[in-house]
Amino acid sequence: MSKKTNPKAWILVIPVVILVAFNALIPLMTVVNYSVQETFGSNVFFWEGVKWFEQVLNSSRFHESFLRQLAFTGTVLVIEIPLGIVVALCMPKKGPWVSVCLVLMALPLLIPWNVVGAMWNIFALPDIGLLGHTVNAVGINYNFTQQPTAAWVTTIVMDVWHWTSLVVLLAYAGLCSIPDDYYQAAKIDGASAWSVFWRIQLPKMKNVLTIAVLLRFMDSFMIYTEPFVLTGGGPGNTTTFLSIDLVKIALGQFDLGPAAAMSLIYFFVVLLMCWVFYTLMMRNEEQ
Amino acid sequence: MAKITLQNLRHSYLPQPAAAGDYALKQIDAVWNDGGAYALLGPSGCGKTTLLNIISGLLIPSEGRVIFGHEDVTRKPTIDRHIAQVFQFPVVYDTMSVFDNLAFPLRNRNVAEDKVRSRVNAVAKMLDLEHCLQQRAAGRSADGKQKISLGRGLVREDVNVIMFDEPLTVIDPHLKWRLRSKLKELHQQLGRTMIYVTHDQTEALTFADHVVVMYDGTVVQVGTPVELFEQPAHTFVGHFIGSPGMNILPCELFGGASYFAGNRIQTACTRLPENGSNAVEIGIRPEFVQFDHDGFPVEIVKVDDLGHRQIVVVRHDGNTLKMIVAEGERIPSISPRISFLTEHTRLYKNSRVVD
Repeated sequence: MSKKTNPKAWILVIPVVILVAFNALIPLMTVVNYSVQETFGSNVFFWEGVKWFEQVLNSSRFHESFLRQLAFTGTVLVIEIPLGIVVALCMPKKGPWVSVCLVLMALPLLIPWNVVGAMWNIFALPDIGLLGHTVNAVGINYNFTQQPTAAWVTTIVMDVWHWTSLVVLLAYAGLCSIPDDYYQAAKIDGASAWSVFWRIQLPKMKNVLTIAVLLRFMDSFMIYTEPFVLTGGGPGNTTTFLSIDLVKIALGQFDLGPAAAMSLIYFFVVLLMCWVFYTLMMRNEEQ
Repeated sequence: MAKITLQNLRHSYLPQPAAAGDYALKQIDAVWNDGGAYALLGPSGCGKTTLLNIISGLLIPSEGRVIFGHEDVTRKPTIDRHIAQVFQFPVVYDTMSVFDNLAFPLRNRNVAEDKVRSRVNAVAKMLDLEHCLQQRAAGRSADGKQKISLGRGLVREDVNVIMFDEPLTVIDPHLKWRLRSKLKELHQQLGRTMIYVTHDQTEALTFADHVVVMYDGTVVQVGTPVELFEQPAHTFVGHFIGSPGMNILPCELFGGASYFAGNRIQTACTRLPENGSNAVEIGIRPEFVQFDHDGFPVEIVKVDDLGHRQIVVVRHDGNTLKMIVAEGERIPSISPRISFLTEHTRLYKNSRVVD
């Protein structure tokens, strides 16, 4: 059977093209427009070429927030993925506790992001917050509004609290899809618990874990609301991640050119990293 | 290498079984001799897999004992029982090569590496897996994967029994036949006890020397394929084995003789139950029903010509029965009469045969 192409079919795609154009392409092109021009009031523009890109790429401020972002995302992934797998392994496979566990796991995911930020802000305040007060009472000097390390730890713990559940739920779904036959065969083959994990559970979870890593990478790399509400990027600039920095440049300083250039660089970095992740994790599949 | 004895096995998946219906296995006593090829045959849900899992130690029975040789292993873990089991759906370790998959059960038991190599190569040769030993197991086809599962069952030398739980379900029909004859061949080569679970009578009858027929949580008959065909001990066996299955007809007893719808029927039964007993039935295989001028009259409902034989469906007094007639034999069109071969006509009381 030969495939026939019908050029008229393209007409049916037009509504989607228009929709995507309005909500994605046109705003993106505006950003591109800003990124290559100097903008003055009353819509006066001067062509600047790649000046803003050069400026952003050479600025130590961008380098610092980029490295901060990488450190944050890396730490979060290193903690959340293994922790999520461990929690999923500990969850019951059947019985009445399954739904209880699932609901408990889903709870943090249902809370709006700025509420999470606000919750942790109050929770961790050294004078009135339950956590902050307790930690200080134990004898550890902890004040996330003044100490960079404390601010980092609090931000990471908050993100782990908020998002590990996502990894747990995905890993749990992967575990549940493994037929009993595999476990029984492993028993008969005399496999140790470690081999069962390494040879059966982990390979079977690979696809969902790929998705988990991708989602957690993208979300944490673009994180804004929670650290903004919790620390506001401080103390100093110590928790100023890429998007917080971007908003400061665009809406604080109104440097639309550099902000637009930074947005595009940011966008391409996320795109590139996702592509690299995906190709690396899917490469084995094709072999 | 041991005789396997099952004593008074009962198993329920419920924590507090009360009624007989709560039991997946109602009462099993069986002996599996060393080196035999057994098939466990029965419809879905009759407890075949439960029984298999009890033998392999994946389940601990609610009551009764499992004895390997002279040793009671009822509560021993799987690893100490030295058994191999192949499951319905192929199980392969995706990240390992075919070689490592086959070597896995040996390496877990700390077998020396050169021994592992020779065993794996021997098994690969038996199953025609030699050409792909170094490839990844994940990329194999369904039957290739099932061969790997079989291979892992065969690779150990110290196993008491190899059990197959409907291993050919996912295999294409033309490969099914090949793998089945392969298994039979392997049994002859290795001389291990093998138990083959299936709901397919052809598979059971071609593989096994002894077929154990299960029905509703009990073993209804153990016998050679010929015994199951000629002397079904239970109406279920008669019905389940054979194509088409045995005709089961209502029977009345009086005056020391058996009657079907008022016609006196001679049976192979020598000790008739008392006159007027309830739940008595006559069983006759379609192969042993014949057209006979001296028989009782029937009405022909339909004739299915299968090419090599004809299946004739006839009716008498509201009861339909099937008979098999040789291809080319003339089917009487005017007032047909039939009779049963006496030595193959069985009498059943409460579904069990009366000798």
